[in-house]
Amino acid sequence: MERHITLPLTRELARTLHAGDTVYLTGEVYTSRDAGHKRMCETLARGEQLPFEPTDATIYYVGPSPAKPGQVIGSAGPTTSGRMDAYAPTMMAAGARGMIGKGARLPEVIEAMKRYDGVYFGAIGGAGALLAGCIKQCELIAYEDLGAEALRRLYVEEMPLIVIIDSEGNNLYETGRAEYLRQRDGV
Amino acid sequence: MREIQAGAVTETVARLCIETNQYLPEDVKGALRDCRACEDWAIAQNVLDQIIENYEIAQERELPVCQDTGIACVFLEVGQEVHIAGGSLREAVDEGVRRGYGEGYLRKSVVRDPLRRVNTGDNTPAMLYTEIVPGDQLRVTVAPKGFGSENMSAIRMLKPSAGLQGVKDFILETVEHAGPNPCPPMVIGVGIGGTFDKAALLAKKALLRPLDSSYPDPFYADLERELLEKINRLGIGPQGFGGRTTALGLNIETMPTHIAGLPCAVNVSCHVTRHKTEVI
Repeated sequence: MERHITLPLTRELARTLHAGDTVYLTGEVYTSRDAGHKRMCETLARGEQLPFEPTDATIYYVGPSPAKPGQVIGSAGPTTSGRMDAYAPTMMAAGARGMIGKGARLPEVIEAMKRYDGVYFGAIGGAGALLAGCIKQCELIAYEDLGAEALRRLYVEEMPLIVIIDSEGNNLYETGRAEYLRQRDGV
Repeated sequence: MREIQAGAVTETVARLCIETNQYLPEDVKGALRDCRACEDWAIAQNVLDQIIENYEIAQERELPVCQDTGIACVFLEVGQEVHIAGGSLREAVDEGVRRGYGEGYLRKSVVRDPLRRVNTGDNTPAMLYTEIVPGDQLRVTVAPKGFGSENMSAIRMLKPSAGLQGVKDFILETVEHAGPNPCPPMVIGVGIGGTFDKAALLAKKALLRPLDSSYPDPFYADLERELLEKINRLGIGPQGFGGRTTALGLNIETMPTHIAGLPCAVNVSCHVTRHKTEVI
């Protein structure tokens, strides 16, 4: 199914998305990856506020390349999400719901997604130049010292994504491959 | 003795860092187009179309193909008749990386210490390999390597009794385990033989060989073909969403080894397998 959706990703909206859906996403997303997640989870552990309001937020796992003069952002494709597995349940418990990345997730992340109605979107890994075209605004909001790993607020328009894991725990990495093999082998 | 200025090395490395990150090699582009033509699974076709569109956009707008502009692997084949003048060779290469990653607006992805993790800010140091060869030329290869795929690489010290089957099983197991993480379609570099360290280096060097080439020895050329076919029967597909195109190519490099050993290294790379060579 093809969907054009606008953020924030409320619980109600999240529940309408299913693994395998093609999604064109519009709205504000926050960028963070390894070092940023570590800091955010330390902040939460101390009982302090995150640099952005996490409720219904979507986090894009990306460390963009620097913008050339006149550009909003450099190349900006997804990084491997599995490295954020240690932090993702904590982020969801704090209210964040959407994750954009690529690659497999651990069962405990999927369990947290089922609990909090999380959605894991896939962007095409290695398509950083293409994805940069959907990013219309980029603002640095925290952790500037982390360089590419700093926390940024992006405004994206019609960002092409696919739902990999939905809020019921259906996983395109399993179903897509199984379906392909079943059709190919005619069983 | 031929004199080569360290500055010439810096200039070449800087330029190659930028060019490799903006333009995919022709063999990789050709493999992507060929795989798109053979792919019959709708979602896989769609992913390959976007991957092709992506490298075209990067080329046109002089943007990095991928935001992970890699750690700069630099291979130097130094002719034994060459004298590097005007500075240290190591420094010249690092200065080239510093300039290329700065002037090319490439991402700085290197931390000074693996556990304390503070970014060096200029993508140095290069992962530098030097080899002394006959002649009076300096052959420079720059191959920026992303870590989404590097992280899925593996090495195993097989027993000689494991033989050919053991090697095949280990390679397929590594690709299966990598799954969607290394941004398939992948490129697979395999190193067989040598020592623990040499096998890994052979695997990395295998990624530098054009995808439309094959190992000169037909035994290994057949093995390359067989393994690529088997990988593309796994069904992982582009980005792991299912499909035929799991790998664009598989290259093997080998060398002599010890009577007690059969080292096998698998260096996983992605569809943004970048490298370029120039001779000074």
